Amino acid sequence: MIALLIRDLRLAVRAGGGFGLGLAFFLIVVTLVPFGVGPEGGVLARIASGILWLGALLACLLSLDRIFALDFEDGSLDLLATAPIPLEGVVTMKALAHWITTGLPLVVAAPVFGVLLHLPQGAYLWLIVALILGTPALSVLGTFGAALTVGLKRGGLLMSLLVLPLYVPTLIFGAELVRRGAAGMATQVPLMMLAGITAATIAIVPFASAAAIRVNLR
Amino acid sequence: MSLLAVEDLCVSRGGLPVLEGLSFAVRAGEALVLRGPNGIGKTTLLRTLAGLQPPLAGRISMPPEAMAYAAHADGLKSTLTVAENLAFWAAVYATEDIEPALERMNLRGLRDRAAMSLSAGQKRRLGLARLLVTGRPVWVLDEPTVSLDAASVALFAEAVRGHLATGGAALIATHIDLGLTEARLLDLGPFKAPPPEAGGFKGQFDEAFL
Repeated sequence: MIALLIRDLRLAVRAGGGFGLGLAFFLIVVTLVPFGVGPEGGVLARIASGILWLGALLACLLSLDRIFALDFEDGSLDLLATAPIPLEGVVTMKALAHWITTGLPLVVAAPVFGVLLHLPQGAYLWLIVALILGTPALSVLGTFGAALTVGLKRGGLLMSLLVLPLYVPTLIFGAELVRRGAAGMATQVPLMMLAGITAATIAIVPFASAAAIRVNLR
Repeated sequence: MSLLAVEDLCVSRGGLPVLEGLSFAVRAGEALVLRGPNGIGKTTLLRTLAGLQPPLAGRISMPPEAMAYAAHADGLKSTLTVAENLAFWAAVYATEDIEPALERMNLRGLRDRAAMSLSAGQKRRLGLARLLVTGRPVWVLDEPTVSLDAASVALFAEAVRGHLATGGAALIATHIDLGLTEARLLDLGPFKAPPPEAGGFKGQFDEAFL
């Protein structure tokens, strides 16, 4: 399974692998927002955490359809399904590779982008905590959408429709955590909820994704 | 003692049975070549045997962890080199040494080339080299010789023969003569399932939802 992770990471950094695509998209979203809502610091500071979360979510969505589609096209997915690795393990490693190439760069870059949006001083730590806890759930839930649409031509839009509603709890509690942290309020409840959602997602969704792939490979 | 035995198997494609009443056995050291016109269900049968889809009826018996499946597509990553592609599959099947496989399939000179710069025949050879690194006794091969030239077909036949000599078995769907004189032939024609309008199995309505 480690071999699969290494292979996916290697593919991501080679030509056409899409590494940095999400990050660039995130940057563009964040720079466009001040043009759209005006550059006043007060307004931006209020919406900054929400915008950063939305940007992270969309950036994550952008690269989801690649998770299984490329392997399906060149036949690797059939071969992986017959290989001695359980398909649940394949899904988990794919999600981890996706998080390392998409989620992790977002976590690292988000504080920098926060500056562009006048994110309040006290919110930086909470932003990082929220993204670290929340983005793995985005990647894992994404594998489910990608698995459901794996055999479809241009399944990207359908996948977005399937996956975005599943992102709602993570978005709500993630943005709430940053907002409360910035305002100096108690953060325990959204923190627990966010961590709990991610933990439950990681525990359950790989089985659902593997089942979806099995059906789609028939 | 057979490595792979099939009893009264019925396989379906798109919810309709294509082959039924199929029984055969492949023993260690034996190759079975499947013949039949396009659409008879060779690929469907092989996918069923590989466990990618369930059979409609019948039994497949095989020791666990015994099969290596090679489909129409080779499953190569175009931006990885030949050696990296092969090393990945070697790691997945927990066998380490890729050198013998490179040697056998005459790929040693290409080992550091990216897979996207290989010709169709070279890609196919790499796909077949994958079988050698799996270390599995039962090879299930779907049209293994597509885009191979005569010399490479001979190379492949030699690899199959070496595999059989070490107690392996092979099940090969192909249209051309591999030069494997010792292989048994199985014509799938007589096992063709009757279409639904001729009184055959109607298929299950809920197939698409399960």
